[in-house]
Amino acid sequence: MKRKLLSVLLSTAMTAALLTGCGGGAAQPAADAGDAAKEATETTEAVEEATEATEEVAEAADAVEEAAEEEIPTSTFGDPNGTHLEMWTFVELHGQHYGKMAEIWNEKNPDKAIEITCTTYPYGDMHTKLLTSLEAGTGAPDICDVEVGQFPNVVAGLDQWLIPLDDYCKDYMPTMVPARMETYQGEDGHYYGAPYHVGATAMFYNVAAMAEAMGISNDEVIKKIDSVVTWDDYVKLGEEYKAAIGDESKFWTSVDTGGTDWLWLAMAENGDDWTGGFEGPANCKLDSVKNMLTMQQDWLKSGLAMISPDGHVDLEAGFQNIMDKNIVSFPKALWYMSRFTNYMPEEKGNWYIAKCPVFKEGQKCSVGIGGTGTVVTAQSANTDLAAEFLCWAKMSDEGEQNIWDTLGFDVCNTAMWTQDSFAHDDNNQFNAFFINYPYDVLSSIGMDNIGKISVVAISPTINEYVCTTTLNEVLEDPDYSVDDALQELQDAVDMEQ
Amino acid sequence: MKSKNFLYSQKVAPYIFVLPFILSFAIFWIYPLITAFTMSFQDIGAIKSDWVGLANYTKLLKDKVFMIAVSNSAKYMFFTLVLLIPFPMLFAVLMDSNIVKAKGVWKAILYMPALTSVVISGTLFRLMFTEYKTGQMNLISQALGFGTYKWLKNGWSGMLALLVVACWRWTGVNMLYFLSGLKAIDTSLYEAADIDGASAIQKFRYVTLPLLKPTTVYVLTISVYAGLSMFLESYMLWAGNSSPNNIGLTIVGYLYKRGIEKNDMGYACAVGVVLLVVALIINFVQLILNGTFKKEED
Repeated sequence: MKRKLLSVLLSTAMTAALLTGCGGGAAQPAADAGDAAKEATETTEAVEEATEATEEVAEAADAVEEAAEEEIPTSTFGDPNGTHLEMWTFVELHGQHYGKMAEIWNEKNPDKAIEITCTTYPYGDMHTKLLTSLEAGTGAPDICDVEVGQFPNVVAGLDQWLIPLDDYCKDYMPTMVPARMETYQGEDGHYYGAPYHVGATAMFYNVAAMAEAMGISNDEVIKKIDSVVTWDDYVKLGEEYKAAIGDESKFWTSVDTGGTDWLWLAMAENGDDWTGGFEGPANCKLDSVKNMLTMQQDWLKSGLAMISPDGHVDLEAGFQNIMDKNIVSFPKALWYMSRFTNYMPEEKGNWYIAKCPVFKEGQKCSVGIGGTGTVVTAQSANTDLAAEFLCWAKMSDEGEQNIWDTLGFDVCNTAMWTQDSFAHDDNNQFNAFFINYPYDVLSSIGMDNIGKISVVAISPTINEYVCTTTLNEVLEDPDYSVDDALQELQDAVDMEQ
Repeated sequence: MKSKNFLYSQKVAPYIFVLPFILSFAIFWIYPLITAFTMSFQDIGAIKSDWVGLANYTKLLKDKVFMIAVSNSAKYMFFTLVLLIPFPMLFAVLMDSNIVKAKGVWKAILYMPALTSVVISGTLFRLMFTEYKTGQMNLISQALGFGTYKWLKNGWSGMLALLVVACWRWTGVNMLYFLSGLKAIDTSLYEAADIDGASAIQKFRYVTLPLLKPTTVYVLTISVYAGLSMFLESYMLWAGNSSPNNIGLTIVGYLYKRGIEKNDMGYACAVGVVLLVVALIINFVQLILNGTFKKEED
């Protein structure tokens, strides 16, 4: 009887290990369960016979797994005698940005010197830790990066969790891109996050490949690209390219089954937002989305477009597809520039950035995609200093300069866009990489023409269903009814709201 | 005097010895388990949480995506059992026999994958299974004249990719378990069987298999858990938690999606409780069938 009880207890232990493993960030549930199962079963008679070899093997495996877990990089910058600030991020480079900014800050403000410790955690771990410490009311850092997709979870605590940045950013506000600031607004209208970048969507064209195929000069190709205003113009130019190249395996563009960029662009152009904002309810059966999907189905049928290998252009297969010149144009947020410099350095000098086509002339022609908002938590002992430093590090001239040079983001402070020393500096690798200057494109778009799609509680549900189901339905099978697919999407979303 | 009796009591001593385990078990397993159970009846909000009764569970019953996750996990578990018990056992028997030369090398080769981080190997497998023409799998299929295939976009090939990763990673580990089980079998039994004129197959059937049973039950038990709780492999293969038509979604993946990505801890806990119940049922049935709970005959 006792044995039976023990067995029941141990079996429960094993399964409990499963659950707890997941609760703790789900990093290695299988390994945890395996460990617990190992302990448990070892205690029972089942493996009484097992020799030491088994244990050694298991121990070796554990040791290696521990070693394989990434080290947590922590760096401290600034004045050791200054006020200490704790900062968490999930991108090491972001931490280095604050480190550099802390040095400059201390030079300029010796009376308010700071020391900042930046810790980089893996994405999931960092957000879980942050949410847990905010809920618990203790343990949160002073400053923390929050990825835009996770922002609704964090901003839900409003001023009980976070410090409104309104007062600290008001000096920069007149020149900040409004759509970007609104992305990190709370339900109460206060700004809780400071943005790194606009993430403005623009069209990337491979001018060199087009010129070669069409037998004309780069300048003539650029002239043609500049004359593209509407999607009809875009298709016309694409057909011209297809006719010139005469190769079935080369396409004008690729459409994504694993990303919503095209749909966000379509919504922003028509002033739609499928989330419905904070008030909701979410409505995904929008004409803008339908038109974009129908248009993409036509492109697939006519051979103008292909499906992005592995779902979207921001993966290894996508990079290879671009380098193999299988596609020569695609829309993407400007932070994609760093993918060119990091993964496709051979493409230097081939690409031209232009405004995205629109459905009707006069529409907005861009949308801000992705991003990370940095927050100051209410648990900080120095909220004033932390907020002041944060806004300065992310919105001032010095901050924007460093963001552009080290992170390669399209900065949100429009005052910088037209500064010659900033926007036309040929020492900057991104300025040197493309045929035209990225900030000239941004200036030509203008800060009021960059649309915004809200990121609220329902957003993950919509994005997930679109990327797993809707896009696969309508693009993998171009004859699938777009109306049906959007109805299914709406049904799935309604179940959650 | 009394306290000395207490310490020397044969009844109490075992409990003192198991106390450290019981304590850590209670603090790190039982407490979270109970918390997860209570949270599964709540709507966990940012500032405050509300009791919602069975709402999370009724929603779960109607949740098609959850059903897909359960079916994926069940299929994965089933196929890993089919692949990861007989074959490692066979390899172990071969390693234990005189047929194979350079055993150390083979063992090392088979065990090596278990020492690799899933994050790294998962990424490599994702690149191998890419639908782009330069992926290894597509190079092979093109060489065979089949053209390229979208491996990670179709149900069967997605599961195949998961199983390839599982076999690559766990064959060596399971083989070593069986090998240690084999080493524990008394060689005199084989000698006796030889004298009785038993063939190699008969020796395997009547000596090796029955005496290897404790190891087999152990491997079976951990494989059931490993199969049902698989998450990281799928997360790495599809570069995230979203796969086309959810072909790679597992129960734990769904739990992660709900708990972390959508921050709906109450619902995620309900998913976890269901997983607990499913795993318990399967393993109890399995352990009962294997006679683990039976009183020992001697």
